[in-house]
Amino acid sequence: MIAEFGLAALWLAAALAALQLVAGALALTPRGAALGAIVRPVAMVQGVLVAVSFAALVLLFARTDLSVELVAANSHSMKPMIYKISGTWGNHEGSMLLWVMVMGLSGSFVAAVERRLPEPTMLATLAGQAFVSLGFYAFLLLSSNPFTRLSSPAIEGAGLNPLLQDPGLAFHPPPLYIGYVGLSVAFSFAIGALITREVGPAFARAMRPWVLGAWIFLTLGITAGSYWAYYELGWGGWWFWDPVENASLMPWLAATALLHSVSVLAARNALRAWTVMLGVVAFSMSMVGTFLVRSGILTSVHAFAVDPERGSFILGLLALNIGGALVLFGLRASSVTEGERFSATSREGALVFNNVMLSAILGIVLVGTLYPLLAESLGAKVSVGPPYFNPVGAIFAVPMLLVLAVGPLLRWRRDSLSRIKLQIAVPAVLLVGTLLWAASQSVGVLPALGLALSAALAIASLLPLRGRKLRQVKLPVWGMVTAHFGIAVALLGMASDAAFTTERLVAVRPGDVVEVGPWKVQLQRIEPVAGPNWTALRGDLAVSYKGGAITELHPAARTFWAPANETNEAALKTRWNGQLYAVLGQQADGGRWQLRLWWKPFVPMIWYGGILIALGGLLALFGRLASDLKRLVARDKIAYRRARQGR
Amino acid sequence: MTITPMKAKHQRLVLALIALVALIGAGVLAAWALRSQASFFYLPADYAANPPEAGRAVRLGGMVEKGSIKTAADGVTISFVIHDDKARVPVTFRGIVPDLFVEGSGAVAEGRRQPDGTFRADNVLAKHDENYVPREMKDMTTEQARQAIEETK
Repeated sequence: MIAEFGLAALWLAAALAALQLVAGALALTPRGAALGAIVRPVAMVQGVLVAVSFAALVLLFARTDLSVELVAANSHSMKPMIYKISGTWGNHEGSMLLWVMVMGLSGSFVAAVERRLPEPTMLATLAGQAFVSLGFYAFLLLSSNPFTRLSSPAIEGAGLNPLLQDPGLAFHPPPLYIGYVGLSVAFSFAIGALITREVGPAFARAMRPWVLGAWIFLTLGITAGSYWAYYELGWGGWWFWDPVENASLMPWLAATALLHSVSVLAARNALRAWTVMLGVVAFSMSMVGTFLVRSGILTSVHAFAVDPERGSFILGLLALNIGGALVLFGLRASSVTEGERFSATSREGALVFNNVMLSAILGIVLVGTLYPLLAESLGAKVSVGPPYFNPVGAIFAVPMLLVLAVGPLLRWRRDSLSRIKLQIAVPAVLLVGTLLWAASQSVGVLPALGLALSAALAIASLLPLRGRKLRQVKLPVWGMVTAHFGIAVALLGMASDAAFTTERLVAVRPGDVVEVGPWKVQLQRIEPVAGPNWTALRGDLAVSYKGGAITELHPAARTFWAPANETNEAALKTRWNGQLYAVLGQQADGGRWQLRLWWKPFVPMIWYGGILIALGGLLALFGRLASDLKRLVARDKIAYRRARQGR
Repeated sequence: MTITPMKAKHQRLVLALIALVALIGAGVLAAWALRSQASFFYLPADYAANPPEAGRAVRLGGMVEKGSIKTAADGVTISFVIHDDKARVPVTFRGIVPDLFVEGSGAVAEGRRQPDGTFRADNVLAKHDENYVPREMKDMTTEQARQAIEETK
């Protein structure tokens, strides 16, 4: 019954989305204005229904109901409960239902709380949200139904890919999806504002918290995903330029640009058309990412299944949504009036520069991700990796980070560099000094640039606080400072990993001692261990840092039996100044075991930096919401006073 | 550095132009870099007939020849032969191979051709599981390999 109930809820939600679209569109015409009243409630109920449908699927997975095809194909009764539940979205259909649920819930959230937009823009926004949702409902119901029953229940499930049986999986896709799909709100806002031609500071202030919210989740999702790949794949890397990673990076780049341009629009009423365009681009990148991943057109760890029919369906949706939005933009862009002017050396100028550089990086990632498809259609099989992405991306990232150090110190509208030259002298000296030092240490070009920029940016990002009373600094400024400082921290981790990692690859007998960087590692024994659905060979390592206290590490090679597969469980020892990373390989002749060890100085800074960046977003979000709330309360008070005086 | 405030129309135009130039620049740069940095996929037959220049990152995919995997004395360097029905390429690799890397099954080696014609792999991928097969290996039956060679000619 649960499956049928979930399916019915899903169909109902789709019907309500259709109603939301039609009512919202008609309400914008003079004769249909009365319909406007039902749009918000419909949007809210739609969100609840799709959440109910998702909950039904989670319940089916938790109970391992093997009469449902999806459960039988992806779950197993012996799996621990946490992986039964996270298995809900560890497959194509379930992850698309998660996608649609986030979309429905963010639509209903907007309908429930957003009161700052003019009513027609609000209606157009909700209609836009319904339009996009409807396409994905159709996709889910017509080609990826998660609730299909088997004609006779399976005896046992096929299990979940062991790579995905890790707490990381449970935590990283949901925030990623909230971020990814949360950007649909920005998309719908942009559509709504284009339809009603209401692009201005008020629109930007209303849109900003939604963009910020999605961006925070996206940042956390990418950070968590990167860490998950780092320790689960056992390759010692934290970013592989895998198409799926790129698919999450591209919306993040667009959303980061949007976040900054929407601030210009809110504060200075400039960059109107550009901001709307970025709103369209950001969610378009989410959809492109979904297409790349879910169509199976590119191979990656994350691609679930190859199905050309699904690919063409998503491609059609993509063309309809992005093409429609771009046509609307083309029709209306000329009527979006020009914003305020500013000189090149100003806060706006720096933000424009940052936006253009972010867009260029986005373009480079997009081209590099799509190139293998293009090449294949021409008959050549190629893959594109770090030798392309790292240097080409850096060409635009380096100037962007330089301007990022200076931009927050500039005034709005017009400023001169000579006013702030004393302030930027310190980071500039640090930049050159670190570069010279790195050159003397024969560090590679890119890591050296990274270290130098990180040092300069760490200082420069704090400068906006200089000479201010810290208790009076507003939350959004704290947010900016925290996020920019977080970039410096993450950059330190990335550059340090590239510059200073030491690696040992050896075959050792129990008792042998290996040195890697400042660590001494002794293999004590290899022993078999068993888990709920796997057995493993586990290495017991005794490790000590610079001859200090001995701790144990347990890298293992696990063998799963449902489905039959093997994974390498890396073992990590984290210190404040880096991480020791150990992987157990295979048995070599003479009773030896392969052991791969890395000492990675400061590598955890990558993820601490990511968390700081997200925290900065959170501070800014709270600051904005608090001041909006204050404004609302003040407005109500005035209205109340007026009403009393009038009486 | 201060630019005198321009007329509104002009500023918009200049901004649009700058953005356009930067994006086109990025596109051109990307195209140029891709030509030199994309790593091409080779079947053993292609590799033998038309070897990639030494030192260039490429990928080599085929079957691991039966009886060809040999481990060196250090216990972590292995050599093996990747072959199809037309050619065989000796490969060396220092590292931990995936568990599913076995003789007689498909594998993709990422690395560079050495001046002596052998292939030094930086990374070896094996058929991982049903859901993650390196793209080129899905059609790695002999018949399809032959077709792929036909196509790439």
